[in-house]
Amino acid sequence: MNAPPIRCEKLVKRYGDKVAVAGIDLEVRAGICFGLLGPNGAGKTTTVEMLEGLHAPTSGTMRLFGESWGIGKDQWIRDKVGVQLQDTQLADKLTVREVVRLFRSFYQGGKDVEELIRLVHLEAEAEQKFHTLSGGQKQRVALATALAGAPDLLFLDEPTTGLDPRARQTLWKVVEQFREDGGTIVLTTHYMDEAAILCDEIAVMDLGQIIARGTPRSLVDSLGDVQFVEFEVGSAPPGFELAQLQSEPAIQKVEERRGRIRVTIDRALTALAAVIEALEKAQIVPIGLSTHQATLDDVFLHLTGKQLVDD
Amino acid sequence: MTERLNPLAQLVLARLREFWREPGIVFWVFGFPLLMALGLGLAFRSKTPARPLVAVVLVDDSASVAKLSETLGRAPELQARVLPADEAFRALTRAKVDVVVELSNQGAHYRFDPTQDKSPIAKMVVDGVLQRASGRIDPLSSREDVVSEPGARYIDFLMPGLIAMNVMGSSMWGVGYNLVVARKRKLLRRYAVTPMRRSHFLLSYFFSRALFLVLELGVLLGFGKLVFGCTIQGHLTTFLLIGFLGAGAFAGISLLIGARIQNTEAANGWMNLLQLPMWVLSGTFFSYERFPAFLHLPIELLPLTALVNAMRAVFNDGAGLLQLGFPLAVLAVWGGAGFALALKWFRWQ
Repeated sequence: MNAPPIRCEKLVKRYGDKVAVAGIDLEVRAGICFGLLGPNGAGKTTTVEMLEGLHAPTSGTMRLFGESWGIGKDQWIRDKVGVQLQDTQLADKLTVREVVRLFRSFYQGGKDVEELIRLVHLEAEAEQKFHTLSGGQKQRVALATALAGAPDLLFLDEPTTGLDPRARQTLWKVVEQFREDGGTIVLTTHYMDEAAILCDEIAVMDLGQIIARGTPRSLVDSLGDVQFVEFEVGSAPPGFELAQLQSEPAIQKVEERRGRIRVTIDRALTALAAVIEALEKAQIVPIGLSTHQATLDDVFLHLTGKQLVDD
Repeated sequence: MTERLNPLAQLVLARLREFWREPGIVFWVFGFPLLMALGLGLAFRSKTPARPLVAVVLVDDSASVAKLSETLGRAPELQARVLPADEAFRALTRAKVDVVVELSNQGAHYRFDPTQDKSPIAKMVVDGVLQRASGRIDPLSSREDVVSEPGARYIDFLMPGLIAMNVMGSSMWGVGYNLVVARKRKLLRRYAVTPMRRSHFLLSYFFSRALFLVLELGVLLGFGKLVFGCTIQGHLTTFLLIGFLGAGAFAGISLLIGARIQNTEAANGWMNLLQLPMWVLSGTFFSYERFPAFLHLPIELLPLTALVNAMRAVFNDGAGLLQLGFPLAVLAVWGGAGFALALKWFRWQ
């Protein structure tokens, strides 16, 4: 039998009146990195924690490798699944090696303790107690414990939140290696760059629902052949209105958010030139003008009118 | 070359390491009871009972009065001082002396306050000395033996009580509080998503408690013997068995507290709320017989009372298990009920 690592239908989770997950369908094929992208409170964590067997869904069906939770197969599923939960603090007073060894002991098969430590690049810290580690090192210990049973499916819940760029990249490498070795990953994140780099498929969540899905490329392309110009208005002649820019044929859309103007144009360089020309003609002095290609963040903005990360 | 790791052994090891690497906990489990035993043992060490204090007032200036006064001054069973009358009476009203004796040619005149415990005895002691000095011959011969055996001192009473209290404390904090901390740190749910057997997790607490119990009992018993010469009158194995049952009972109660509580402050409150009354009521420091009689049965149903009574019976009276049916049953019921409810209500998150 070749059941997919994850398949769920009409998954709903309610806490009293509050709907955390509002009926989602998911299928994750073996060997891919699947990203659940969305802002805080979108229902990503609730979804993965249901999949991990921590919460029972209010309604809907859910199968991991073809099996459901709570019908006597739980141990079997858990042996195939590795989990990194959001902000778990492992035992402070134990060393890295002791923590990894403890978690390794729970699984039937899997890599050697030393190999796990090597895999997450913590050889030098193996004898250090957990509480003395940096945030990035702690996350890598957590990753080592998630990999301890040589899982077929790995859940990573916001693995790089709060980490510095170097620590994030180190972690990404380990995750990429796992996928290259044939593992399946379900990753939640609110970083679009993380999703773009790691994920083969993405489901964008907001308010408990999946509002878009596809590959990072196809999601970006869904916006059309566009790029964005952003700037602040330094000075403008009296009586100027933004809508005046809209009349330029190269400009598809003009928006303002928090004092910053965002202009959507098509991808051609001539379109960019036309915008600058239009600004000049209108005697607008732009500050901090930048252009960028469409990203997943723009997709999210387009779909919800909100930004993924408020910066 | 992959070594096969035993999950239960690893869990027990983790628990032992966490304990040893937390100096605060080590102090509360080992240091605190030792200091307590030392302090209380020294404060209430057996001392020779204080001799009655006697103020002597010489009413007549005669040779016979002087001789009687001298006899009192030499008597080893009391402390006599000659004082002017007004000073002697002032000393009596301020309880600085137990009795005032006025010696005159007519005889002795005692003044004392019968509501002061020691005064009537002091009067009898003084009278006895004076009567014998004046020629009284006691018709009945009598002998005295002073009793101060190990096993009858306050420290002998205290030691098993302290050990029982310690077993309670370390089981309560070591199991329930530890669980709440692990739940708060989301460590419990991390375990819950592994194939770790739930029974192994529970057993790891059981085994680590049992190991530490042997250590705790060893340290406290050894200390009592070395410093105060306290010895167990009954069998050591009986004492250990009771210790295990007690630790198990409190572990059950503690597991129940730790079954659901999310935050350490609430856990702290519950731990103290449950333990504090028992520190006072259960007869650790003084016999609960001092409380009104209608309270005795409720107090005896408390788990700490049961453990203290059972340990004291073995420690001081050499009792065997068969004589301890009631307290052991009380412990078993507490422990069993605690475990059963805890397993029913336990939450991993």
